[in-house]
Formats: sequence, structure tokens, C-alpha cells
Amino acid sequence: MSSTTNCLKTIGSPSLEELKGSPGFPDEHHMKKGPIAIIECIEAIPCNPCETACPKGAIVVGHPITNLPTLDVEKCIGCGLCIAACPGLAIYVKDYTYSDTEALIVFPYEYYPLPSIGDKVTMVNRRGAEVCEGKVLKINLSEKNNKTPVISVSFPKKHFEEIVSMKRI
Amino acid sequence: MYKTSIAVIGGGPAGLSAAIEAAKAGAQVVLIDENSRPGGQLFKQIHKFFGSKEHKAGVRGIDIGKQLLKEAQELGIEVWLNTEVCGIEQNKLLWAVKNKTESVQLLSERIVLATGAMENSIHFPGWTLPGVMGAGAAQTFINIHRVAPGKKVLMIGSGNVGVIVSYQLLQAGCEVTAIVEASPRLGGYGVHTAKVCRAGVPFYTSHTILRALGENKVEGAVIGRLNDKWEFIPGTEKVFEVDTICIATGLTPLAELAWIAGCKFKYIPELGGFVPLHDENMETTIQGIYVAGDITGIEEASSAMEEGRLAGINAAASLGFYSSKQKEKLCNEVRERLDALRQGPFGKMRRIKKQELITSRREIRCHQQQIV
Amino acid sequence: MNRIKHHIILEDLKEAKKVKIIVDGEEMEAYEGEMIAAALLANGRKQFRYTKKHHSPRGIFCGIGRCTDCIMTVNGVPNVRTCITPVEDGMVIETQKGVGEWKRGENGV
Repeated sequence: MSSTTNCLKTIGSPSLEELKGSPGFPDEHHMKKGPIAIIECIEAIPCNPCETACPKGAIVVGHPITNLPTLDVEKCIGCGLCIAACPGLAIYVKDYTYSDTEALIVFPYEYYPLPSIGDKVTMVNRRGAEVCEGKVLKINLSEKNNKTPVISVSFPKKHFEEIVSMKRI
Repeated sequence: MYKTSIAVIGGGPAGLSAAIEAAKAGAQVVLIDENSRPGGQLFKQIHKFFGSKEHKAGVRGIDIGKQLLKEAQELGIEVWLNTEVCGIEQNKLLWAVKNKTESVQLLSERIVLATGAMENSIHFPGWTLPGVMGAGAAQTFINIHRVAPGKKVLMIGSGNVGVIVSYQLLQAGCEVTAIVEASPRLGGYGVHTAKVCRAGVPFYTSHTILRALGENKVEGAVIGRLNDKWEFIPGTEKVFEVDTICIATGLTPLAELAWIAGCKFKYIPELGGFVPLHDENMETTIQGIYVAGDITGIEEASSAMEEGRLAGINAAASLGFYSSKQKEKLCNEVRERLDALRQGPFGKMRRIKKQELITSRREIRCHQQQIV
Repeated sequence: MNRIKHHIILEDLKEAKKVKIIVDGEEMEAYEGEMIAAALLANGRKQFRYTKKHHSPRGIFCGIGRCTDCIMTVNGVPNVRTCITPVEDGMVIETQKGVGEWKRGENGV
């Protein structure tokens, strides 16, 4: 067994290898083409709000609802409505094309206190390790999100693959 | 003596749903709970529920609780709080103690037992020290009472309760030092483990707690590695400085009233231990007594609500509030939703084991008919 | 002290009416209607009773009134489950030693 297989059930977070084999994880080409939803849901649990939340029909769970969500990379516009809809907080949107040097991540963040717009925050990978600095651009507290704040942060492009969230303040 | 058509014991997700369905059918319902507030453990579930729209997916448990209470109130369901049911006689006479002082009797045509479950413990030197508590207890204190049990917490058990409570401890501002799991694999949903993992909480698989440190309260904990026979490997001890140790090692159905009533049981470890047998309609081996929720197998609140609905519909139908055609239609809708939850690697085992309960119940019924 | 005042999901802790409780002779502040165990924990108290034989301390364990680990003597009545019993202004709460002692007559019991 290689060190990157089965990380989800031993370390707690999925490895890139595990994610790349799942239907909700966009391929490399589409991942870097523009804003796109990235679904890190690789276990067949009974759940489908991501499907209902998507205005473009880009996420399909179908029946039974334990199917893994499949992302149609052509249909997804990266609007981010699925982010707060996911009860597992397993979806975020990334935009590789945000600027020449920086990428953008839009992710769910359910901790107090919230950062403020313009704040420098520490970005973390799937294992919670500190990777780089990011800048808070937007905090979405829409009522529709049902108390799951959704935060937009820009960060250096070279860490595009590993960044998933920010460190708690 | 008081009289009613249907008495529901336990005001958690299963009991509330049973009472609501029975009242919707037109039956007179009394809902009894030993606590000062109804809702059971729903009000400490501050996370969004899974499932589909029909299961209220995306709604937080606390809000589902509020919705159920509102519905129960609108239907005029009589709720007896601070009331402990102590006995069931002749399958329909309940004896209860109200406000710890008043003895009351309630004659009810049908009874639904929805008494829930309690947390298991594991025993290690120091497990009785103040600071060692159930994960659910910690959850009650942070989310309902709004008091943190400590600053640094060690979580024992990585099932859904362990990881959800760890996450909620972080949300409450506590530090979760580590999550310890005896099995080589983590138990809870991957989305939950990933959430606490990216918050920087380490998991220790194939590890167990050896002892709690401290004289008068918890001041630390020692964990150690287990080999593939689940035996402690000496020399692998690791010490954590923590003031709280939470135990999330499963739940056991609270089935005392079903035992008292004389229901037949079966030991099914996957469902949490001894569970009362029931048929497709949630009726036990005693006619007129129904069960719903964790009392008959540990599951999620979502499935407890569906079982409650099933019990409520059937209890009401058996009293003539629904025609058999109406009843079947309603029951099939609920069963469909219930089946949807019992799919996939996590739900499959529960589906098989719940079916085992129903099959055993059927065998007993055949046997009873032969005797008659 | 360790009250959770702010929370991202739950709203800010509402300022409840404060009441006084007397714990082993010491006056403590509590929020009206909260459980005794919550008030004690908020005041930093973790030991609620000592066992009869080994005099070992016990505190909160199940938090929902099932395990009886958190029982104390309240207004002279022993074995009160503090995790499900709300505080009242002026309530006298004592660490319970062993199985507790009934103070007959004082409370009409």
C-alpha cells in the first residue's frame, strides 16, 4: 500500500491520489481553466444537497442518494452556491486564473471570530499544516448559507493544489 | 387516572415525529418526557444534517428541533414534561412520576416507546476523575449550557459522534489535542474527519487510552499503540497535557420500558446491544406497543424521525384513524425515505441488521399463531 | 470565565438574569434557569461529590441525567442530579460525601 492511498481512513483527510479518482474532483485541465467547484466527497454517504443547490445542473448525485456527486466540468461556472449547501463542508471553489501570480479560493468557514476583509491570514492544507499567507477578499454571510460563512481568499498560485482552508484565528 | 388514545414516551426526534403523525391522523396524543424541555438530543446538534430535501438535509438539528416543537404545538399535542415513566402494566397502563413528587396513571390504547440511548464508556485507570466525560456530555455543555468543559480536550473514538463533537469543541473555542482510535481505520464519515484534520487536529489510529493523569481532576492522559491483535505495545506511550477526556465509544439503547412491558429482544451488537424486536410497522412483540429511534438500534436522528413517523402512523391506523389503503400509502413514503438513508457502506449494515429484527419478529409471530 | 459568549452558529450568549447560589458556604453567581452543573463548571468547579468507600472525586459524566455521577446535596436533599436540575436564587448546594444524609424536617421531607 503506497503512503498516499487510504489517507482518508487513517490520517483523516483524503490524499490527492484518492481525490483524483473521484467523480467530483475536476481534471487538471478544467481545474486551472477558471473558477470551478471542487468536491472532496469520496465516501458513499446518503446526501445530495449539492445536487439541489446547483443552478446549472452541473452536480449529479441521482438515486440512490449514496452515489458520489459527479461534477460536470463543462457546466460548472464556479458560482459557489454548492459551498454552504454541503452539510459536510466538503466543497470549495478555486480559480487559478485570478491573477498572474495569485489564485483564489472560496471556502466554508464555521469558526468565531471571522477575519475582516483585507486581513492577512494563514492558509492551510488538508492536514491543517500552515502553507502560505493569503488575503481575505470577501466574506459571504448570506442568509441562504444558513450560518455557514463563505470566505474568499487570494494566495500564491504555486500552492494551488494543496490549499483548502485558512487557519483558525 | 388519565386516559388517552396514544402515549408517546420520549420527546426526542423519534418521539416527537411519532406524536406529530398520530395527532395529524386525528388521535388524541400525550407526549411524555422526563426532561424539563422536549427535543431530546436534537438541540445540541448544531451541524447541518445529511440526506435529501425530504430528510431536511442542510438544516441544522437545532432548527429541526424547533420545527418539530412548533408542529407539535400547532397540533395541540399534550406534553407532560418532568415526567418519568416507571412502569407499564397490562400493555396499556402507564405509571409515571411527575415533578419527582406526584404519582400518575395513564391508560393509553397504544404506546410508542422512543426513549433513545445513552453513551457507552470505556474503563481505564482514572476514568472516574472529574474531567472524563461522555462526548455527548461535552456537547450538551458547549451547545446547550454554553459552558466549556475545559480548555484542552482529548477525544477517545473517531466515530461520527467523536468527530462531530471534536469539531463543535473547536467551534466553542476549545483546543482538541488529538482524536484516538483503537481500530486501524477511522470510524466517522470522511467529510467529518477531513474537517477536523484541516483544523489541525491529529488522529491516532491503532491507539488507545492507557490512563488519565491527575489526583482530583484530569491533568493529562497517556495513550499507547496497539498491535494487530489490539494489544498494547509497551514503550509506545505518549503523554498529552489535557484537562478533559471525552469518550465517544458508541451508544446503548435505553430499552428498560420495553423490558418491563415484556417485549421480546435480540442481541445485535451492530445496533448497540439488546434491542426490542419489531415488525415493518414498528410494533413490538406486544400488540399495541411500538418502538422508534435509538431504542431499537443506534442510528442517526434522521432515521429516528422516519421510524417515529412509521410508529405514529401505524399506532393511529390501528385505532381506525386511517384506512388500510391510506396507511399503506403513507407508510410506503416513509419506508422509501428510510431506505434511502440505509444505503452505502455506512447504512448497509444497519439495513441488514434492522431486517434481522423484523425477520425475528415474524418468526415469533408464526410461532405464536401455531400455539394458538 | 469559561462561558462561551460568542459562537458562529449559535447566537451570542444572551445576558440572563443573574442569581446567587451558595456552594459549600461560598457564594457564586449563576444564570437563572441554568442547570446546577453548568453553573458550577462556569465557576471552575469540577468535583461534585466524593464516593463513600474510597472518597474519590466525581464530576460531570453523562450530562443528561442518566449516570448519577454529578449528584449533590441541594437544599438539604441528597442525590440530586445537578446536570438536569436548574438553579434557583439562594439555592444551597453542598458537595456530597458518600450516599448523602437526609436532613429531616428542614425541607418537609
